[in-house]
Amino acid sequence: MALKGNLRDFGITQLLNLVNLARKTGMLSIEAPTQEAKLSFKEGQLVYASLGSQDEHLAQVLFKAGKLTQEQTRTILARAGKTSDKRLGMMLIEVGYVTQDDILMSVGKHTQDIMFQVFSWSDGNFRFEPNMLPPEDRIAVPIKLENIIMEGTRRLKELEQLQDELPNLDMALRFTDRPGTNLRNINLGVEEWRVVSFINPRNTIRQIAQANSMSDFQIRRIVYGMLQAGLVELVRPEGMEKVPVTRPGTRAVTPSPAQSRRPPPVKRSVVERLIKRIKRL
Amino acid sequence: MGTVQTVKIVITGPFSAGKTEFIQTVSEIDVVSTERKISSESERIKERTTVAMDFGRITVDDDLVLYLFGTPGQKRFDFMWEILSEGMLGFVVLIDSVRPETFREARMILDTFRAYAPTPYVVAANKQDMDDAWAVDDLRIALRIDPQIKLLPCVATDRESVRNILLELLYSILEELDAQEV
Repeated sequence: MALKGNLRDFGITQLLNLVNLARKTGMLSIEAPTQEAKLSFKEGQLVYASLGSQDEHLAQVLFKAGKLTQEQTRTILARAGKTSDKRLGMMLIEVGYVTQDDILMSVGKHTQDIMFQVFSWSDGNFRFEPNMLPPEDRIAVPIKLENIIMEGTRRLKELEQLQDELPNLDMALRFTDRPGTNLRNINLGVEEWRVVSFINPRNTIRQIAQANSMSDFQIRRIVYGMLQAGLVELVRPEGMEKVPVTRPGTRAVTPSPAQSRRPPPVKRSVVERLIKRIKRL
Repeated sequence: MGTVQTVKIVITGPFSAGKTEFIQTVSEIDVVSTERKISSESERIKERTTVAMDFGRITVDDDLVLYLFGTPGQKRFDFMWEILSEGMLGFVVLIDSVRPETFREARMILDTFRAYAPTPYVVAANKQDMDDAWAVDDLRIALRIDPQIKLLPCVATDRESVRNILLELLYSILEELDAQEV
């Protein structure tokens, strides 16, 4: 089964969310009009990224992160330019130029920076190759996609797109049930944590915005990020008139009435007859 | 002669998702459709496009008939959806698994029908026989479909596949009836 398309129809945020929730392993190649990116994932985490035809050497990554001087970088490239990143990393640690933490942080940041560049792409053919791993000689640093998605979404500026994705503010939210999901290791801003404290199927998004004095745009941006990161899901609001907001010490928010369910307009015996007939098709 | 009871299931989904084929595969009459002059570039995907509803019929017995109504795919026929949703037993949302550019519209249609009538529904990922089809599991995530909602593989030209979709919807209707009786 192919996972391919164009970013015009299925954005990068949605793609990352899919990879994250499905815990996919493989490589996502994106060909934008002027650039190309390759992103590697392992069990739903980003482990490697490259931009364009250049695949930056570890020495260059460490130089950009301020861990090596220009002189050191020049020397290393001249003498060990063809050495694999993994081997070079061990050598640099042994001679005391950098620590293991320096390498992991620098490579991780480099990967994230590429990812955030790709976030701004709105056009480009993508294709996901399952089980394709990053190049053997590169250092893979796992990065949680929830944080990438949240940060990428924070950078997302188009109000029009947010309105398109979340047109109805009279829906409510609840936390998803995914195993292993918790809010401790997720980096949320102050405004996002304020929204989190109101999340309850009885509170509509509009009510949460009012309680926090947020504009439609602000609440859409925050909720969209959480939806894409798989932290929350949309539900019909529960409850009727006198339901207070969950957070103690705050003013009450008047809920909107929940939509009532209607029974199907048919007797059981009719449905059983239909089933019998359809089975004979 | 007694009155014949008619019941209705609506088949909906984006333009060119396969609604006409779905109904045609199981209907005992030819699906009602009307040729019209193609006026927009996007509609050239199909050889002809429908302006009337897709309409199919399955006779159950002497006093019960099931009608299958297909909603027009074009946005300008949105007003038909509210009319079609009145009194329906349930509905099927067809997804074109090969065209991710239609996923957003599919999601919008799903939300619209749920708002019109909170009756049982299933989602059918059509064209699963094609190489470029997105996997069902990926579609569930991509369209943010609740885990409790049935999302089923479908090939609208295959009778067994269509039968399976309709059966699953009917089972969901039974479950809803049982839940109401409790």
